[in-house]
Order: sequence, then C-alpha cells, then structure tokens
Amino acid sequence: MQQASTSLSERSTVRRKPIKWDQLATIVGFLLPATLLYVGLVLLPVLQSIYFSFFRWNGLGPLQNFIGLGNYTRILGDRVFLNALGHNLLIVVLSIVIQLPLALGLALLVRGQMRGRSIFRMIFFLPFVLSEVVVGVIWNFVYKPQGGLVNTLLQMISPNSEPTAWLATPNTVLYAVFVVIAWKYFGYHMTLYLAGLQNIPTELEEAAQIDGCSRLQALRYITIPLLGSTIRLTIYLSVLGSLQLFDLVWVMTTGGPVGASDTMATYLYKYGFQRFQLGYGSAIAVIMFAICFGFSLIYQRVVMRRDFE
Amino acid sequence: MKAHRSLLPLLLAFVLVLLAACGGQSQPAAPAAEPTAAPAAAEPTAAPAAAEEPTAAPAAAEEPAAEEETPDVSTVGSGSTKIVWWHISTAEDQRENWQNLANQFVEQNPHVSIEITVLENEAFKSKLATAMQSGNPPDVFQSWGGGVLKQYADAGLVQDLTPALQENGWGASFQPGPLSMYTFDGKTYGVPWNAGMIGFWYNKDLFAQAGIERTPETWTEFLDAVKKLKEAGITPLALGERDKWPGHFYWVYLAMRIGGQEAFLKAYTREGSFADETYVEAGRRLKELVDLDPFQNGFLGAGYGDQQAVMANAQAAMELMGHWAPGANRGAAEDVDAYNKSLGWFPFPAVEGGVGDLSDALGGGDGFAIGKNAPPEAIEFIRFLTSLENQTAMAAAGFAVPPTVKGAEVALDDPLLKEVQRRAGEAKYYQLYYDQYLPPAVGQAINDATQELFAGTRTPEEVAQIIEEAAALELDP
Repeated sequence: MQQASTSLSERSTVRRKPIKWDQLATIVGFLLPATLLYVGLVLLPVLQSIYFSFFRWNGLGPLQNFIGLGNYTRILGDRVFLNALGHNLLIVVLSIVIQLPLALGLALLVRGQMRGRSIFRMIFFLPFVLSEVVVGVIWNFVYKPQGGLVNTLLQMISPNSEPTAWLATPNTVLYAVFVVIAWKYFGYHMTLYLAGLQNIPTELEEAAQIDGCSRLQALRYITIPLLGSTIRLTIYLSVLGSLQLFDLVWVMTTGGPVGASDTMATYLYKYGFQRFQLGYGSAIAVIMFAICFGFSLIYQRVVMRRDFE
Repeated sequence: MKAHRSLLPLLLAFVLVLLAACGGQSQPAAPAAEPTAAPAAAEPTAAPAAAEEPTAAPAAAEEPAAEEETPDVSTVGSGSTKIVWWHISTAEDQRENWQNLANQFVEQNPHVSIEITVLENEAFKSKLATAMQSGNPPDVFQSWGGGVLKQYADAGLVQDLTPALQENGWGASFQPGPLSMYTFDGKTYGVPWNAGMIGFWYNKDLFAQAGIERTPETWTEFLDAVKKLKEAGITPLALGERDKWPGHFYWVYLAMRIGGQEAFLKAYTREGSFADETYVEAGRRLKELVDLDPFQNGFLGAGYGDQQAVMANAQAAMELMGHWAPGANRGAAEDVDAYNKSLGWFPFPAVEGGVGDLSDALGGGDGFAIGKNAPPEAIEFIRFLTSLENQTAMAAAGFAVPPTVKGAEVALDDPLLKEVQRRAGEAKYYQLYYDQYLPPAVGQAINDATQELFAGTRTPEEVAQIIEEAAALELDP
C-alpha cells in the first residue's frame, strides 16, 4: 500500500514538473560541499578504521600484517575492556537514575514564581560552561586527600575520620567521577527541561487544579507526560555522552587506578595510541561506534519515533 | 537578561577562585604547575594527552598543568633554511639556555632560522606520536632512545646519524654508554645531552629522626628502614603512581638485582620469558614493600608532580627517581635551601640471593633525534648543542646533569650528582628504563601491570603473566 502510494505521488510529481537541468545544477551545487565534507571527514575515516581493524599495525609502516578478526576476539576476551564497558554502562544507569531526575526537579523549582529564579538558573547552568579539562582539574583539588574540600568538610563533621583518597581508591573512583559528571551536566539538562516546560500551556495545570487535583497529581499526570519528548531527548543525549566519556576521566584519573575508572574511550586511547597498536585501536573504535550507532538507531526507532511524527 | 549576562563571567571567576583556593591551601606548591620542571625530565612512559577521536590531534594533556600550557612557539633568526625544534625543557632557566644557544647558532649561520616549540613532557609525547603517525616529524626533537626511537627508525622517520658521527670525532666525543641507547644494529639515530641513573633520593633529617644511622644496602635493611620511618610517624616513600612509570622502576630494579642482565636478555631474546622466576620474584619482593603501606596517602591517584611536591616539602623520606629529581623538586620546594641541605642519595639495595651486581644501573637520559625531512643544518645544530664547550657550560649551570660528552663532567660541582654520574659510568650493566627500551606495547603493559602490584589487585604471578603476554605478541624471536 505504502509503496504504491509513494510511487503514485512520485509519478504525479514527475508529470507535473519535468526536470529542469539548470535547477538540478543549483541543487547539486549546494549539496556538493556538504556531501564532500561529510564523506571526507566522517564516512571515509569510519571505513578506513574498519579496514585498519583487520590488521596488526603500529601506525608507522605499511599495512602488512592481516589478522582478520584477531583484534576483535582479543578485545572481547580482554577483561580490561569488559570492565571499561561495564563502567560506561554504570555511568549510563547512574545518569538516568540520579542526574536526570535531579535536573528535572531543579527545573520545576526554578520554573515557578520563586524569587531570584533567574539567578539560580544561571548558577545551575554555570558548570556546563566550563571546559571538561578545567572541571577535571578543579575537582582534582576538591578530592585531594590532604586539604581537599571534600575531606576538609568531612573532617569538620567527624574529626577522627581518616581522609579518603577518593580518586585513588578503586572502589570509590568511579562514583567520584560520576559526581563530577552529574555536577557538570545537570544544568544542561535542566535548561532543556525548562525549554520543554515553557511549551506546556499553564491553562492545563490550572484547569486540573480547579478540578481538585493536587500539585503532585498535576505533575504526575500532566506536566511529566507533556514533557515526554524532552525527557526522551535528554535520556538519549545522556546515554550517548556516557558511552563516549573521555576528557573528564582522562584529566582526573587517566582511567586509573588499575583501570577502575577506565571507559571504552580511555581504553581505546591507552591501547591504540600509547601502545602504538593502531589496528587494535581501530577495532576498539569500531566496536564503540557499533554500540553507539546501534543504540541510536534502536532508540530513535522505538522510543523517539513518536516525537518525530 | 542583559544584566545577568554581564554578571556571568564575574560569577564564573568567583567560583573558580574559590575552588582553586580550597585545593591549594594545604599544598602551596600546587603540582599543577610543577610536573614540567624536571630538567627535561626523562619520564619514560609514552603517556599521552587527551584526544577525542582516533584521528584528532591531542587536545588536552594528562597533567593538570598541561592544558593551560599551550605549546610555546618562538622563532629565532630569519634565514631561509628553517629548523623546527621541539624540546621539553619547560623550566624557565632551561628554556632560556636553549634559546640562547639557538641564538648563537643562528648568528654563526645567518641562513638558518630555528622555530622552537616548548612542550610539557606528556603533551610532547602525544604530539610527537601524532606527528610520526602522519609521517611528518619535526626536524630536531627530544628523544630517550630505546625501543620507541627504534620504532621510528624502522619506519624510516628519523635520520641515521652514523655518517655524521664519524666526522671530526663527534661520535667519539660522547661517553659510549649514553650514546648506545640511541644505537641499534650499529646505526645511531640520536645523540644524548644528559644521562644518569635511578636511585633513592632521601631526606637525611627524616632518616635521623627515625634513628636510621646508615643507608640500607640490602632489601631487608631497606624494609627495616621503611618500618622504622613508619614507627616514627614519617611517610617512608613518595610515589606518583597515577603516572605508572615512577612505580615501574621498583619492579625493574628488583628484577635486575635478582636475575641480573642475563635474566633480561633471556626474556628479551625470547629464550626465556617475562613470566620467569626472576620477574615473579621481583613482584613478590615488591609486594613485601607494598604490604608495609609505605607511600603517601592517595599515591595511586597522585601524579609525578604530586610526588615532587611531597618530596620537596619533606612530607616523605625517600623516592626512587632519576638524576633529574633534585632539579624537578626544587621547583616545588617551599624552602629550597632546606631541601638542598637535607638531600642524600643511595643506590638501589641488593637483594639477598640475587645474582645482579650492586653496580648494575637502571637509567637513561635526554637526547635529540633528527626527523627524516630535516635539512643538514639540523645535524650541525645538535652537533653545536653537544659541543664540549656547551656541554661544560650546561653541566656547570646544572642543566646537562650528568653531561654525556667526555670531559664535561669536571664542571659538575654537586657531590650527589657527581656520585650519580660516577656510578652510572662504572655500571657493569647499564639498562635503559624498560618502558623506553622495549616496544611501547610492552613498556605500557609493564607500567599498567606493575600498578596492579601497588594497588594489590593482582598477584606477582599474574602480573608477570600479563607482561609476558604483551611481550610474546610484540617481541620477535
């Protein structure tokens, strides 16, 4: 059915408007630069990476040592990589469960008639303005075992406690990094929620309240459902960001100690670049790409579909 | 809205100052500014700066300081023959020294101009790797020799200096040990301008406080000293194990003392392996030390810059580090005189039952290599930098310490550095840091795996096995 109708409409278009060659030239002329850029800077490198990933190659000489899927089996059998992937997934989960609700809550708070709300909005948004590297350096100071802000505060509360080296303890490092991620990005998500909230007509909530619904009920049955498309978008961005996490982790811990805060991207950097194994690194990049691309595709198809229609 | 927008930068600055102040308060010699102070510190790891995607040039560097330190480029002279020079001597006086020498060279050779790029150590490594992978090396650049340089040589990215070294006795002017680190299969691809060895730098005052009368000569004595320091409430050792290479010195030295040169050659030539008893035993001995909990709090998350600050300010009694350590630490010291006065040095102790000689030395140094596209003047330039006259001046000023050109060592006046220089020269077996000597994939595997020993997350057997797996993949039989 669908196909038939498509071809029918195509035919009618064609019949009504025969191709004008000078118009076509204009179209091609406008599309060409973007196409070239996209092909040259995105498509070709991706294909090149896939090609490299079948070789053992140190990035310096010619490609000689074809090893088929050898790199892939090595990666998928490497406990360090699987741990790194696990860390990415943990950050994904924590972001969705903690960071986004926090951002939503704050958005709801600063949205109303609260006094000084624009100042609060700005304060909450500030961390997002800083570069990841700057944030990493600042938080390295905050987490310092001796004289860092966190430990100093903790010792004010309980003077006898031993200072904790948050970034140097394998059990705490990932959570410490997550706190920084949440701190840096919640303002961004909050701003998206605020934009979404502006699109909800206040009449709806007012009408509900006149009908005797509590504020909580209004939130549950009106505000949040109407904010659905924004929420779906922030989850999407948050998941992708968590999967590609690099800068902040690198600056704060370089994935350590003993790989306890490695992500797929730091693993890629260490094994591909530091060790001069560009073939292996390419294979990691391909796997990362497959995971992100697969997620994007499924999420957009299944979850965000209604937002596009 | 307009008013808010103008408020924003102000608030931003406020937040930054506040947070930075909180961090700095206990450690005024904030490591952020320090890690670069080493006399072109011979930091062995090929550690990196951050890059977001495989093909992108490194954006931000690992050391906190690095991202504030955008590469510093200046051009000397106006000749048409341009030499591109990358060095890593970021300390102010040392950069000036290089700048002056470049000026002198350009005056003597008016047709030459030199573009100098000063890079922080870790940033340099990643920038060089990118340049090499794109086939575009700089003309003159920092090198530590070893397997990393060999990899470039095998790919034809650096010039063979052997013919130039044979002219006018240039090659013979160097001490043979340091020069050999840049020589593979009879061909030399770089020249050294300083070389030394790793040993224990210690604080005499803290040793006295703990009642330690003489420096330890065996591993057992060393462990006893560590225990005494702990009992006296002193942190025995400073270590920046986030960077991994400072820790790998311990493991390598232990292996050298236990198995000697023979064990390494066997593993390297694939006659034996890195999972041999020597390397497992090295792990066990290191574990004895780690189990005493001798390092400063948070050492797994600390970088070499932090290690400098800890040592420089007498917050720990010892560090296992190279000849550049005093120069680097002075930059982090609140009281430089006190640091200098308290400073002592002793070689890595012998291990009971080991076959390695106490004179065997783990070391390395800084040198320069020449990129494949460099003009002949580039070679003339490094010949000029390593002339006896310039080496002597640099040794006297404390830059080229210890120097690599025969006769320049007379200018050394620091007794400790003289001692380091003497021992490095007398070593029967002189080993370049494993992580520079071996191919990068093996060197990094050693750094990664030894960190697990320090964290106590793997057994000595597992660590040796992991290293052997990397070596089996990379080393040709």
